[in-house]
Amino acid sequence: MLELDGVDIQLGTFRLQADLRVPKGACVAVMGASGSGKSTLINAIAGFQDHLGAIRLDGTDLSDLAPDQRPLSILFQDGNLFPHLTAAQNVALGLSANLRLSRDDWVRVDQVLHRVGLGGKEHKKPTALSGGQQSRVAIARVLLRGRPLLLLDEPFAALGPALRQDMLALVAGVAAQEGTTVLMITHAPEDARAIADQTIVVENGRAAAPCDTQDLLDNPPDGLRAYLGT
Amino acid sequence: MLALLLLFIFGTLLAVALRADDLSGLPSDFWPTVWFTLMQATLSGALSVLLAIPVARALMRRSFRGKALLIALLGAPFILPVIVAVLGLLSVFGRGGLLNTAVGWFGGDPVSVYGLTGILLAHAYFNLPLATRLLLQGWQDIPQGRVRLAQSLGMRGMAAFRHIEWPMLRDRAPGIFLAIFTICLTSFSVILLIGGGPRATTIELAIYEAFRFDFDLGKAALLALVQFAICGFVAVIALQTRLPQSAGSGVGHTTLPVLSNTKGIGAFDGLAIFLATAFLLIPLGMMLAKGVSALGDMHGAVWPAAIRSLVIAVASALGSVVMALALCLFALSLRRGAALIDGLGFLILATSPLVMGTGLFLIVFPFVNPTSVALWVTGLVNATVAMPFILRSILPALQQAERDHGRLADSLGLLGWARLRWMLVPRIRPALGFGAGLAAALSMGDLGVITLFSDPQRATLPMEMFRLMSSYRQDSAMAAALLLVGLSFGLFWLFDKWGRRYA
Amino acid sequence: MTHRPNPPSVPWQNGEMTMKLTSLAVGLTLAATPLAAQDVLTVYAPDYFGSEWGPGPAIETAFEATCDCDLQFVTGDPLQRLLLEGERTKADAVIGLNTDVTKKARETDLFAPHGQDTSDLTMPIAWNDDVFLPFNWGQTAFIYDNTKLDTPPTSFDALLAMPDDVKIVIQDPRTSISGLALMLWVKQVYGDDAQNAWEQLAPKILTVTKGWSESYGLFTDGEADMVLSYVTSPAYHIIAEDDLTKSAAIFEEGHYFMVEVAGQLKTTDQPELTQAFMDFILSPAFQTIIPEGNWSFPAKLDDSLLPEKFSLLNIPEKTLFYSEDQAAAVRDSALEEWRAALRQ
Repeated sequence: MLELDGVDIQLGTFRLQADLRVPKGACVAVMGASGSGKSTLINAIAGFQDHLGAIRLDGTDLSDLAPDQRPLSILFQDGNLFPHLTAAQNVALGLSANLRLSRDDWVRVDQVLHRVGLGGKEHKKPTALSGGQQSRVAIARVLLRGRPLLLLDEPFAALGPALRQDMLALVAGVAAQEGTTVLMITHAPEDARAIADQTIVVENGRAAAPCDTQDLLDNPPDGLRAYLGT
Repeated sequence: MLALLLLFIFGTLLAVALRADDLSGLPSDFWPTVWFTLMQATLSGALSVLLAIPVARALMRRSFRGKALLIALLGAPFILPVIVAVLGLLSVFGRGGLLNTAVGWFGGDPVSVYGLTGILLAHAYFNLPLATRLLLQGWQDIPQGRVRLAQSLGMRGMAAFRHIEWPMLRDRAPGIFLAIFTICLTSFSVILLIGGGPRATTIELAIYEAFRFDFDLGKAALLALVQFAICGFVAVIALQTRLPQSAGSGVGHTTLPVLSNTKGIGAFDGLAIFLATAFLLIPLGMMLAKGVSALGDMHGAVWPAAIRSLVIAVASALGSVVMALALCLFALSLRRGAALIDGLGFLILATSPLVMGTGLFLIVFPFVNPTSVALWVTGLVNATVAMPFILRSILPALQQAERDHGRLADSLGLLGWARLRWMLVPRIRPALGFGAGLAAALSMGDLGVITLFSDPQRATLPMEMFRLMSSYRQDSAMAAALLLVGLSFGLFWLFDKWGRRYA
Repeated sequence: MTHRPNPPSVPWQNGEMTMKLTSLAVGLTLAATPLAAQDVLTVYAPDYFGSEWGPGPAIETAFEATCDCDLQFVTGDPLQRLLLEGERTKADAVIGLNTDVTKKARETDLFAPHGQDTSDLTMPIAWNDDVFLPFNWGQTAFIYDNTKLDTPPTSFDALLAMPDDVKIVIQDPRTSISGLALMLWVKQVYGDDAQNAWEQLAPKILTVTKGWSESYGLFTDGEADMVLSYVTSPAYHIIAEDDLTKSAAIFEEGHYFMVEVAGQLKTTDQPELTQAFMDFILSPAFQTIIPEGNWSFPAKLDDSLLPEKFSLLNIPEKTLFYSEDQAAAVRDSALEEWRAALRQ
């Protein structure tokens, strides 16, 4: 279980507070207007944002851990791959930051690449891959790292709607198999409906506790309604 | 690393000052000297930047075959040995040069470039390529999004210039001007070739006079301090004028933002490129032609010297890149790191090579025979002298790499060595290659200011060229100069190419 | 010989190339290290002296044939180096000092008498200095191209009176020995009128260079009509290039005498070998190297032993000279006159 306990972030005049719990294995959407603090919340969990209060995963406080020490993976809006490394190397970084891998490790890298549908593309550099394929490489790395929490900061926003939903479905499928908890920022209600049972709404400086996505989107509160334009 | 550099900069000065009997007075023409130094450096810096603006702008907007090669060639003067470049310039602008021959055909009076004109001409010749390259970078760094926005809003001509290009120029030009100003501040060889006489006396020349004519170490040390003071002042101004850099990511270099595309402007661009090419390459071509026709006179002793110079150049290029990288990584970890790097760059530029050489000599000779460490010292000093340019090229690249991929690296635990090996070095490879190339070329052409360490059996190529000149063998010297220019440029090209291989 | 410095670490590349380069550099450093068995004689000399094309290598061979020793020239500005090193200097002897700076060298009190007989030297002036021993000499002169300049000036006055579009290049007295010699030459010819003379010369001066080579390069490139050089300069063109177009303009007032000297140091740890070198300097084996090694006149060599074509040179009848004390006395004020005249 992911717990945000009295989390309080001050950024100049902007302030964000969060007190919430996300059950293990859940897939939760994070929605809110631009500038409401969705990314700030994700950054705090990932370790890129100082905060007051505690962030715990399965009882362990993450607050003092460096980003790479935290039991989580994160996919950013862009820059998830190093353009100078091959697909396999980019994935392998998930096992060893020094890229010192045993033969077995490389076999595992190959396996996850196959699993995301990139068999045979191991030695391609990102520029030689399509946008969707690049996303698959990043997902393969997440898979290989096998961390219990996955944070998505709109990594597929640049893809078309169909491709984006394919990627989210891939992520959701993988997460379900591995029992991974997922927190994903999204602007698209259909994405939330498709894979997230629950949704955290961020507005007016607060991240609310997760509530049922279908109910929320059927009867959105005022702020969210204005934002969704429904 | 920092300590070593500071030792080079201040330790040597201290060594000279300590050896002095007393810190005696300044030379009689101190104020005119200071005035002239500042005046010529200001004019040289301004001229170089002003000329570079239309050239860089034209190069940015126009796309033509061989453009990359032309840009590379236009960089050549910056790495030429002074004597070669000035003789080349004189073959165009001198009394018997192409210009005066042409003027003669039309019955005009001969034009003389000796004096301030010649100094400015030569300084512009050396520094226009630097200014152009830095400004070109500035244009390339304008975010594509902003250009597209301007296009979509229908901005043309002055409007586009005001909103897109002017902010970039205001951001970059002062820094480039100050860098060239500082380079020209310590100019010495150029002044003593076409300066025309004692009217053109710089502080660096006064330092030389104090060493050579008066053997007054105190005066030399005092003058070196004055030089530092001026550069310190300049550095403070530089840090003040440095506007915060826009942290926009997503820089696209590939497409050319053809702004304000009207016919007259196109012709203007063509003219700017043509004139710059002619100005920079004809003198070089004249020298090369002379060298080629003298190739038969190439002396056998030139070859070992060439190999020695190559080894020193490569070693000092690697050395200075490693030093610069270490310093920049250190600077990244500091809050005011960029200011530290800028300040250090200015300090090194302000260092009098004569004082540095003499100070080093005073420091090492009680312990080892200076001649036996000649090559090492030469390499080390060359590496130091090239640092300001490498620092300037590496630091922004590192900052960019951190902006683009820093968080990803953090989240994957790419720290320390792994971060350097797998993320930073590959991302800043172009900057490293360019910096190493520049350092190698500068080292190649270095005339061994530190003659106190020279060793007759192990002369470098520029020394050998100079020796040929001082034994009446001008033709052989020109052949050696051709080899020197070829090797300098070859080294630069190789390093630069290495850097851009995957870019 | 096993010394091997740490190669610089290069993170983005395998270290192999660096290692090779390093060992190559070490090899280059060690290549010229002498065998320890022989006595080494260290002689400081100007840069031109030790070069391939200077007299150094031939002198080294000739001297080493007379002794079981290794003569090593250390090049650079010998006086400056000596002044910096003081008593800790490793030099045994110094060669190539000019009389216009010997006063400073003498004041270091580092030099011992040369012990040679200088009564029968082949120089235009008598020599009684028992510390510094002359080994070659010449006179300053303006060199011109005799195919371009029909009526060269025959006196300094005539030079000053030439039209201003005749351009000369000279060297800076602050940075160059020949430039300093010119300054003293003008001072000796014109005395209190020297500044006035410089003012008349100023419009004809194309530029002032750091050293002789840059000036001479500008002259041979055709940039200048005349260049400040030496009476013997045409000898190079005549002998080495078969080129008779370069001549020295001979002035009635006389030409300034430039002589290069050698001296041995008190601090030497092998006085006998050093003395042997001093004895060698005036010997024919050394002196015959000078004319075509240094393109100047030997200090002690009968005219009949000079290269035949030296007879084609224009030789001045009168020689002007300041003793080192006189030179030291006038040089600061002469420099101010020079500076003042050329600043305008």
